[in-house]
Amino acid sequence: MIALSDYLLFGAVLFMISMAGIFLNRKNVIVLLMSIELLLLAVNTNLVAFSHYLNDVTGQIFVFFILTVAAAEAAIGLAIIVLVFRNRKSINVDDLGSLKG
Amino acid sequence: MNFVIPSFAPAIPEIVLLVMASLILVADTFWSKRFQNATYYAIQATLLVVGYLLLTSFTAETVYTFNDSFVRDSFADVMKLFTIAVSLGVFMFAREYLAQHKFVSGEFFVLGLFGVLGMFVLISANNFITLFLGLEIMSLAIYAMVALRKYDGMAVEAAMKYFVLGALATGMMLYGISMVYGATGSITFTEIKEIIASGQADGIVLAFGVVFIVIGLAFKLGAVPFHMWMPDVYHGAPTAVTLYIGTAPKLAGFAMLYRLLYEAMPGLVTDWQQLIIMISILSMVVGAIVAIAQDNLKRMLAYSGIGHIGFLLLGVIAATDNGFSAAMFYIIVYAITGVAGFGIIVALSRTGFEFDRIADFKGLNQKNPWLALMMLIIMFSMAGIPPFVGFWAKILVIEEVVAAGFTWIAIIAVITAVISAFYYLRVVKAMYFDQSEIKGPVEIISPSLHWGLSFVAILLLALGLLPTQLIDLCYLSI
Repeated sequence: MIALSDYLLFGAVLFMISMAGIFLNRKNVIVLLMSIELLLLAVNTNLVAFSHYLNDVTGQIFVFFILTVAAAEAAIGLAIIVLVFRNRKSINVDDLGSLKG
Repeated sequence: MNFVIPSFAPAIPEIVLLVMASLILVADTFWSKRFQNATYYAIQATLLVVGYLLLTSFTAETVYTFNDSFVRDSFADVMKLFTIAVSLGVFMFAREYLAQHKFVSGEFFVLGLFGVLGMFVLISANNFITLFLGLEIMSLAIYAMVALRKYDGMAVEAAMKYFVLGALATGMMLYGISMVYGATGSITFTEIKEIIASGQADGIVLAFGVVFIVIGLAFKLGAVPFHMWMPDVYHGAPTAVTLYIGTAPKLAGFAMLYRLLYEAMPGLVTDWQQLIIMISILSMVVGAIVAIAQDNLKRMLAYSGIGHIGFLLLGVIAATDNGFSAAMFYIIVYAITGVAGFGIIVALSRTGFEFDRIADFKGLNQKNPWLALMMLIIMFSMAGIPPFVGFWAKILVIEEVVAAGFTWIAIIAVITAVISAFYYLRVVKAMYFDQSEIKGPVEIISPSLHWGLSFVAILLLALGLLPTQLIDLCYLSI
C-alpha cells in the first residue's frame, strides 16, 4: 500500500525539479516552459492523491481544469517564444537582458 | 443525485461579457477593413451595458450560485463597477495611442474585454476553481497584449518575462491550494472557513499551503521580493498596454487577496499576517528607494506602484473589516490615479516618440501650462499630499494599521511616504523649473484625450475635497 505521504513527497520532488529548472536554467527558454508544465504536474499529483485519500472527487475535477488551462498557457508561451526568436534569432535566456533596472 | 439547474441571474454581467467578447472577436475580422473603430465602439457599448446591468441589480445581500462556486455580494458589485469605470477610461486613452502608433487595434480591445471578463470572474470567485479560471482568463489575455507589438524586441522580451514569472506564480499558488484542499477536504471558501474554525484541519499542512498562496498573491500583485517583473513589463510593453495592466488588474488582484485571505482563511490570520507584514514593509521601502534612481517615467511609476501595493497591504495587516475597507479604498484610488498617470504618457506620445522619459517633461509649464498642472495634480495625489485623494487613501490605511496595534509599521510607512515624495516632486521640479529640450510645441494628440485627462485629474481633486461618499461606500461593502 502506497501511503499519502509518498505521493506528496513525489509531488514535492517534481516541484523542486521544476524550481531548479526555472532558476538554474541559463540556456534555453523552452526548458522554462517545460519546468512550468512540471510544476503544474506536481500540483496535479498532489490533488489526485488528496482526492483519493479523502474519498472526495473534487480534487480530480480540479485537475481537469488545470490540465486544460495548462494547454492554453503553453500555446501562449510557445507563441511568445516564436516572437522572441523572430526578433533576436535566438532563444537563449541570457540574450533576454535588454530591460534592466 | 438530482441535477438542479443553477440560478444564472447573479452571473448575468459575466455572461453578457463573455457572449459579447466572443461575438466581437469574430465580427472584428469582418469589420476591421471596412469600418474604422467599430470594434472600439462595440467594446465600449458592451462595458456600458454591463455597468448598467450591475447598477440596476445592485444588492446588499450575498447570493451564492453554481453550487456555491460563484458569489455576488456588495463587495463584488462595487469592485466590478470600478473595474468597468477604469476600463472605459483605459480603452478611451488606448484608442488614440493605437491610432497614433498604427498598431493593430481590434485584437487589443477584444483581449482587453476578455481580461475584464477574467477580472469579473476573479472578483466573484467563491471556490478555488473559479478563482483559478478567473485569474488565468485575465493573465492569458494580458500576456498576449504585452506581446501585441510583434516587431518590438523590448515588448516581446517583456512578454516573455511576464509569462514565465506569471505562470510560476500561478503554479506556486496552485501548489498552496492543493495543500489547503488536502487539509480541509473542500475547495469552497465558505466551507474552508468553517472547517478551519472548527479545528479539524491539520495545522502544519494548512500553514504550508498559506505560505505558497501568499507567495503567489505577492507575485501577481507585484510586491517585493516578487516584484522583478513589474518594472520590466511596465517599461517594455506599449504604453497603452501598460495603462491597462497598471490599473484594472490591480483591483482584481486585491479582490483575490480579500477572497483568499479574509473570506477563506481568516482562521489562519496569525500565519499569513507575519508574511504580509514582511512583504508590505519590503515593498514600501524598495518602492520608495529604487524609484529615485529611475529616469524612465514608466519605470518610475512601476516602482511607485510597488510602493503603493506595500501601503495597500497595511490595511490587510490589520485583518479587520475596516482594514480591508481601507485597503479597498486605497486600491480604487490607486487605479483611478493610474489611469491619469499612464494616461498622460499615452496622451503625449506620438509616432516614433514615446514621451516616457522624465527628461521629456522638462519645461512643460512653459510649453503647455494646463498639462503641467494636470501632471502636478497626479504626482501630488500619488505622493499623498492633501487636498488630493491620495492623501485620504494613505491616511485611512495608516489609521487602520495603528488601530490594529502595529504603530511601528505605521512609522515606517510614513517615512517611506516622505522618501517617495522626493521622486514625485522631482517630476514637478522638471516641469516647472527646468528648460525644455524639445523643439516645437507639446500637445495632446486629440481633443477627446484632453477632456478625458482633465476629467480624471479634476476627479482626483474633487474626490480629495469630498471623499466621504466613496469612503462610506467602501466601508459599507465589506
